[in-house]
Amino acid sequence: MKSFIAILNNELYKTMKRPRTYIGFGVIIFICAMLQAAFYHDGKEILSFVTQQLDMVFNVQGNILNGNLICFILLQTLIVQMPLLVALVTGDSVSGETASGTIRFLLTTPASRTKIILAKWLSGLFYTLVLLILLGIMALVVSRLIFGVGDLMAVNSDTLTIIRSDDLTWRWGYAFLIAFLSLGVVASLAQTLSCFIDNSITPIVSVMAIIIIFTIIGMFDLPSFDLIKPFLFTTHMISWKSLFEDPIPVKEIYFSCAVLLAHIILLLSISIYYFKRKDILT
Amino acid sequence: MSFAISLQNVTKKFNDFVAVDNLNLTVNRGDIYGFLGPNGSGKSTTLRMIMGLISPTTGNISLFGTALSENRSEIMRKVGCIIEKPDFYTYLTAHENLKLFARAHQLHYTESQYQDLYQLVGLYKREQGKVKTFSHGMKQRLGLAQALLHNPEMIILDEPNTGLDPQGIIDLRKLIMQLNAERGMTVLFSSHILTEVQEICNHMIVINKGKTIAQGNVQQLISSESLHVNLEVVDRPRALAFIQQSPWVSKLQQEINKTEQVIHFQMAKDEIPLLVQQLSAHNIDILSIDYRNQLEEYFLKITHS
Repeated sequence: MKSFIAILNNELYKTMKRPRTYIGFGVIIFICAMLQAAFYHDGKEILSFVTQQLDMVFNVQGNILNGNLICFILLQTLIVQMPLLVALVTGDSVSGETASGTIRFLLTTPASRTKIILAKWLSGLFYTLVLLILLGIMALVVSRLIFGVGDLMAVNSDTLTIIRSDDLTWRWGYAFLIAFLSLGVVASLAQTLSCFIDNSITPIVSVMAIIIIFTIIGMFDLPSFDLIKPFLFTTHMISWKSLFEDPIPVKEIYFSCAVLLAHIILLLSISIYYFKRKDILT
Repeated sequence: MSFAISLQNVTKKFNDFVAVDNLNLTVNRGDIYGFLGPNGSGKSTTLRMIMGLISPTTGNISLFGTALSENRSEIMRKVGCIIEKPDFYTYLTAHENLKLFARAHQLHYTESQYQDLYQLVGLYKREQGKVKTFSHGMKQRLGLAQALLHNPEMIILDEPNTGLDPQGIIDLRKLIMQLNAERGMTVLFSSHILTEVQEICNHMIVINKGKTIAQGNVQQLISSESLHVNLEVVDRPRALAFIQQSPWVSKLQQEINKTEQVIHFQMAKDEIPLLVQQLSAHNIDILSIDYRNQLEEYFLKITHS
């Protein structure tokens, strides 16, 4: 166990020392700040247009443009970019070392290959977690500080749900947990591809290509696609939004979590199996 | 067990290409063992297999009496290496790189212990520089520091002189000798330059195209007792007719190319003047004579091929 912690410490140290790690942090801060500034200036105008139409049905009162709504919008927007930011670091974890030759440095230590892969995977998950925490701070905490706290008017595909502000905190917690699981799949996929490919860029591009292909499959209501859709991780990456429905589709959320978890376990197992047998030729 | 490395019938294939072909090698503890072969001969593949970076297709590899496949972790604590070229995390300093390696070995060194190591490899006061600013020679020195960091019983150095300046090569040679003499450290030293190996190694193996060409004690392989002598004469048929009726016929080597003017012998160095004397006495004009020891002959054949 001590040797594993030592390897994990090394992986975390390297991750935090690499310049590319901070690209993700910078992007999140920039996008959040940019959208918050835009909503600060133009948000009321946009919302008054939306609420004008709702006024015909509801009596809308109070501060709708609040921190919770901004967070909901930011999360929907960034769920597209987050996989890229995660893959940028995790897709390079093995292939980058193989390409630069430092993999020999790692594999001539007493640490086993399984421990090395597990340490890299945990380090990737830690980075993903930090990225999400930063998103949580920027999207939720900062937005609440700027726009205040209020009820959330959550617009899902075909429904509008209004959730009281005192009923939101736990929903945000679970939403970020599901987002973490989703990005955990992306991190695991990126690392698995990184084991198979010996250059830095291809695994990152491949992850994005897979996400795009799966998302396109998910967009079409075709019978042949319907068979595979429930098993594509991209289908479940947006299941965090279900937490902002009323009633909450608990079974569907559990199923999504199970599918995401199964993906993580499968991908990690593949990467361990392959890496243990891989010839290091660089 | 007195051996540090034992390879038994080791073969490595990459699809149809045989990189290492049925190689047998035994390195005894305390040896400075030379691993010689031209570029692409299979040296690095063999060293990678010894370090567990590549799995052999067939055969067994044992280090310090333990099969590599059984207890790699324990073996790695006893071995330091530079394989191919020393690669480090370029965004970290030399010191940070070594600390990562020390942590992986669960070593807790004091700063003065690190300083001693930098002094030993010639990196003193350069350790806080980022590796990306290092020359190849400095990386090679850092590679050596990494190989020696955990005070291993054996070091495996894959062409360690590459990129070093002449003084660096002399320093490295001295260091290898010193580590072997003072700590009894076993050294496996690969090179494609014959003289490098001859100068520091006591045993050696020569490989080409994955196959063993020669193996044994360096002194025996470079002995003057069995030299390859090439004699160039004006009238070869006449010279051959004389030799075939003389006691020199037993020293005659199999003809390689009958159209050339050269006759090949295998003999001791002190026999050469007598041969020249007798040929002259029979009016056989000699154009040139040269000789090589067994090892040089092997190596010349390899590099020519």
